[in-house]
Amino acid sequence: MTGFPTHLLSMDDLDAGSIAQVLRVTDSFAEVGRRANPKVPTLRGRTVATLFFEDSTRTRMSFETAAKRMSADVLSFAAGSSSVKKGESLRDTIETIQAIGMDAVIIRHSSSGVPARVAQWVDNCAVVNAGDGWHQHPTQALLDLYTVRQSLGGGDEGTDAFQGLRVTIVGDIRHSRVARSQITAYAALGAEVTLVAPATLLPPSLEGWPVASVSHDLDRVLDRTDVISLLRLQSERGSGDYVPTMREYSTGYALTARRALQLPPDAIILHPGPMVRGVEIASEVAELPSARITDQVGNGVAVRMAVLFLLLGQGTLESERHD
Amino acid sequence: MTDRTDPPDLVVRGGTVVDATGSRRADVRVSGGAVVELGEGLDVPAGTTVLDAGGCVVAPGLVDLHTHLREPGREEAETVATGTRAAALGGFTAVVAMPNTDPPLDSAESVRNVYALADGALAQVAVAGAITVGRAGERLAPMAELAALGVRLFTDDGDGVQSAGLMRRALQYATGLGVVLGQHCEDRSLAGGGTMHEGEWSSRLGLPGQPAEAEEVMVARDIALARATGGRVHFLHLSTAGSLDLVRRARAEGVPVTAEVAPHHFTLTDDCTAGYDPVFKVNPPLRPRGDVDAVKRALADGTADAIATDHAPHAPELKDLPFDQAPPGMLGLQTALALAVTELDLPLDRILALLSWQPAAIAKLDPAHGGTQGGPVAQGAPANLVVVDPTATWTVDPTALASRSRNTPYAGRTLTGRVRHTVLAGEPVVIDAEAQR
Repeated sequence: MTGFPTHLLSMDDLDAGSIAQVLRVTDSFAEVGRRANPKVPTLRGRTVATLFFEDSTRTRMSFETAAKRMSADVLSFAAGSSSVKKGESLRDTIETIQAIGMDAVIIRHSSSGVPARVAQWVDNCAVVNAGDGWHQHPTQALLDLYTVRQSLGGGDEGTDAFQGLRVTIVGDIRHSRVARSQITAYAALGAEVTLVAPATLLPPSLEGWPVASVSHDLDRVLDRTDVISLLRLQSERGSGDYVPTMREYSTGYALTARRALQLPPDAIILHPGPMVRGVEIASEVAELPSARITDQVGNGVAVRMAVLFLLLGQGTLESERHD
Repeated sequence: MTDRTDPPDLVVRGGTVVDATGSRRADVRVSGGAVVELGEGLDVPAGTTVLDAGGCVVAPGLVDLHTHLREPGREEAETVATGTRAAALGGFTAVVAMPNTDPPLDSAESVRNVYALADGALAQVAVAGAITVGRAGERLAPMAELAALGVRLFTDDGDGVQSAGLMRRALQYATGLGVVLGQHCEDRSLAGGGTMHEGEWSSRLGLPGQPAEAEEVMVARDIALARATGGRVHFLHLSTAGSLDLVRRARAEGVPVTAEVAPHHFTLTDDCTAGYDPVFKVNPPLRPRGDVDAVKRALADGTADAIATDHAPHAPELKDLPFDQAPPGMLGLQTALALAVTELDLPLDRILALLSWQPAAIAKLDPAHGGTQGGPVAQGAPANLVVVDPTATWTVDPTALASRSRNTPYAGRTLTGRVRHTVLAGEPVVIDAEAQR
């Protein structure tokens, strides 16, 4: 078994072995989640802080639920209500948190690289990137992998099902931390990743990216797609300037009901949320059985439990004891 | 001038004198602020200070075309006193102070203020005036009024003059004043909020980038304007292969343009930003290897006329901000010469040309323009000298730098080439790498 890294800052931190390990441990925690009392003592006495400098109710709730189900003490720093608003520097905030004593900090920030910087400043504290700027959102990619594996019905240990899997990622890849994490994650497991976007919404350079192909024509790749992941057009990050109108974007790149019919029958539809129905995905498509969007949200808690467990180590996994 | 007793006579002994006229073994006697005698084995009367230059090169003091002294307005980052101490320790006897202070140097009053602050400083401070009022790029600053105070270089540095029409008018106006316009080439519509070079690394790191073309289109534009108006353009801190090619071709045609490059653009590549440390954030940004090689080539073939530091101090708390929010800029005065000696495959006399007499001529601080900088080291010449040990090695320690700030990207690097002594107007302001006041 490969050693799990100290921090989870980017999907680049995890090799195929570590990803498989996360998925395997997630299976155990998913089982915990199905119990009447979904709580285990795994992280009792450990303290986990969520430090969200950018609003995200969903991701924050998912992480906090994960930590609480493992009996960790959870401290929640909201940038809007903490001393950050009073002008305290990022570094001072981290030093304060470090002085209080944390086993893990989960950070979301609108600036790329903040979790990586924080990891350079802390001692004996795991840093989890919950999304930084356009850079990375590794737990989102992991829960996508878990959802896909669940849908494909692979064996418990298996990541074999990803070998040669045709994954199509559509939308604002340029400004998407989710896409950056997904591409690395799928490619690490042997999937073939195709990017579909207008040229203005692709990153300026794809040099070194493990991408099999790039297309500007969604209709031509649909019948060669096993998993399609749709990204939100990030209008709050200015991506509205990258296409003439939302309508024109939708015409070319939205997964409409008509387009969904061109997908192979067992293809899986994913969306990291929040969805803008009618822009990147038609409302009726989001409701199809092949759309696993709700599963993604549900799996998020178990995946994040697995990540915290592997980072903080030491605890014993209850289900593993019975194996 | 502040009332000071005259410095004692000096003999710089045992070195090789190198200047624009060539190189020869000679001791140098300095008295009353001037070089009074050159020759081997000069006698040393009682009361004369001897500066040992054994194994060293004695050259005209270095001249930096691009220094941010931060005063007034950002005294927590640097002052005229701390910045010129760093300059002296780096071998510079003159620096051109950039006008992006607060308030900016766009009026006679603000220029006089900096001259007053520089009285008694450890290096001569020449002021670069702003081209436009408030550096806002909207209307011309009173350039004639500033030129009358001795300002010879104008720039809105920190920003480029965005309007081609206004730049053309500024160049036309400048031809009547005999001054040079320095351009920070950055087309804002292309650079946008770019915080690093746009390319492989910005894409991977998820940071907004500025493309090479943001610099190059303004270089191309200003070459066309210089050609049309006859106005003198000096390109600041050029950083891309494309920009340097444009300058190379323009010069071959005889267009009146000059160019400087900064040490970080021939020593560091854009992958340095992989750890998101804002100490590597600078504007223009660090570029890929191909551009770094092009900068070195431009220094070797004469396309670049000068190495200029773009010394840009920033307080530590600002460099602890997230990468995209931290201000761009790096310290440069104390590392420039050693970086050139260490990293450039050029003989020392060429490096000294790039750091001393060529920039002195661009800033019109040389004897040909009535100034005292850039040598040659000859009898009767003003004694602005640097003594360099070209083989000494040293390790960059940010806490040991004279600047008030600590933002050097070279912490821990071992460099070859050390400034041993600096003589400013006959006064030994640095002896054995120690500032004397």
